[in-house]
Amino acid sequence: MTNILRVGDLVKHFTIGGGVLDRVFGKPAKVIRAVDGVSFDISAGETLGLVGESGCGKSTVGRSILRLHEPTAGSIMLDGREVSKASQHALRPLRQHLQVVFQDPFASLNPRRTVGQSVAEPIANFGLAKDAELRAEVESLFVRVGLRGDQIDRYPHEFSGGQRQRIGIARALGTKPKLIILDEPVSALDVSVQAQVINLLVDLQQEFGLAYLFIAHDLAVVQHISARVAVMYLGRIVEIADKKSLFEKPHHPYTKALLSAVPSIDPDAASKRIVLSGDIPSPANPPSGCRFRTRCPIAQAICAEQEPPLQSQAAGHDAACHFAGPGPLLAS
Amino acid sequence: MSAAAVSLSPRAGLVRLWQRHPNIIIGAAMVGFALFVAIAAPWLAGADPQTIAPFNRLEAPGADFWFGGDLVGRDVFSRTIYGARISLAVGLGVAVGGITLGLVVGLMSGFVRWVDQILMRIMDGLMAIPSILLAVALISLTGASLKNVIIAISIAEIPRVARLVRSVVLSLKERPYVEAAITSGTPFILILWRHVLPNTLAPLLIQGTYIFASAILTEAILSFIGAGTPPSTPSWGNIIAEGRTVFSIAPHIVLFPGLALSFTVLGVNLLGDGLRDIFDPRYVSRK
Repeated sequence: MTNILRVGDLVKHFTIGGGVLDRVFGKPAKVIRAVDGVSFDISAGETLGLVGESGCGKSTVGRSILRLHEPTAGSIMLDGREVSKASQHALRPLRQHLQVVFQDPFASLNPRRTVGQSVAEPIANFGLAKDAELRAEVESLFVRVGLRGDQIDRYPHEFSGGQRQRIGIARALGTKPKLIILDEPVSALDVSVQAQVINLLVDLQQEFGLAYLFIAHDLAVVQHISARVAVMYLGRIVEIADKKSLFEKPHHPYTKALLSAVPSIDPDAASKRIVLSGDIPSPANPPSGCRFRTRCPIAQAICAEQEPPLQSQAAGHDAACHFAGPGPLLAS
Repeated sequence: MSAAAVSLSPRAGLVRLWQRHPNIIIGAAMVGFALFVAIAAPWLAGADPQTIAPFNRLEAPGADFWFGGDLVGRDVFSRTIYGARISLAVGLGVAVGGITLGLVVGLMSGFVRWVDQILMRIMDGLMAIPSILLAVALISLTGASLKNVIIAISIAEIPRVARLVRSVVLSLKERPYVEAAITSGTPFILILWRHVLPNTLAPLLIQGTYIFASAILTEAILSFIGAGTPPSTPSWGNIIAEGRTVFSIAPHIVLFPGLALSFTVLGVNLLGDGLRDIFDPRYVSRK
């Protein structure tokens, strides 16, 4: 299988402050290390789930790939072509193969344009269809995502959240992309609608051979759709593995804690829950050594000194922990 | 499709508007009246505003001279009516000019970071100078004429419009639909035209009415201090300025153009308030 996306050592730092007054008073600019060395790849037609708490940098990864943020360092190869350093001009043809669906279905459509115009925009941008042909294409996209072709002349406010998310998906499909970044596409929806939208995404993936980068904070959602899952914590990937391997034999204590928090119908499950204490540390000032050590139930002295590299624990299963292992988590 | 079902007859629409936002109707009627007077001035004025008639000096208002006579016996009624032309021309000219230029500056600085750094510092500099002083300085460079007065006041208004547009652009830039347009390869100009500009129009229209009102006042002040339109052209500001010296014996010279000025500015402000009420989303949700 070929890699449609290869992200190598992606770094995105945001600088806060450092204005004229700060410089006069000798106040150093604060650097937020939102994404701090993230690598992964996605094969054609595959879904990689990217999960983590809010603020861990998962959306920043997606936005950097889309070049809505300029990456600070690292490489982003889309279908063998470098995205991270391309000029806006060189980027434009690449954008045809890279689309996005956002979290908020209410904000992702221009309220003053008909939904058909919104869906037609990317297709028209790349000159893929015109006039009557374009209209027919938009209608067929609407039908494909479970709406009616005669709805294309309506305005966004006439649709429900789930319908708008379908429209957002239709817009992303128009240019026949190879990769769609799904930035928490179902987080804003009702649980019943979530399932419908996820099933639609799965169907579309099979039909069009799409690859997805599925960003979510909910492991249960990711479990259904992903082939592989990456877990992020404070700007780094702490564990990445095939879905089955990750859900059944997690190696990193953070993943174990996250998995224990997934609601289960097993009445005994609650007693096994690992509760992490404290908040996620500030990405402006991450802890020394392992970033997770301040909240880790099994942290040792070495964890404050050495940052554990992301290394292979089993076939296709990497984790970044000095004490990584498939066993149950025992507090020391 | 739903528009046809909801739409009422125009008359019912006006009644509804009157009930919800009487300000708009009152303001529009006042501004409309002032516009009518300005346009129809040659037919309404009766006397020539420039004719000097020494016998009528400081004549009190009466049946022949509704607003009385001024220092050299010119008809104050006629001068006030012709003055409406100057005031409204300045108000409209500045509103259009200031908004157009401010829009360009605001759009550029909202979207392009390095341009922002440069343009906004220039705007800060402009804002630091009181607009009257700035206008006086510009007019003394270019000479007093109606055109120069409009240009000078417009320049003084640019920073306010630019800041408004810039703040709207900055908030719109982060909207997912604008980001979706960026990631789907929509050219920059089209993003501005399709997704940004339509959403800045409502606040700009409201701002425009305030600029209109303040430009009329600024023009009056400029004329009053002698930096505005040449004295031969009657404007409310220079009629008041001339009447100032004889205020205690002939207050009508100041009174009538002053009332006309207040009336017009009040009308424009009412119209602006009403428009703001309509476009403000907090009011929309109440419907």
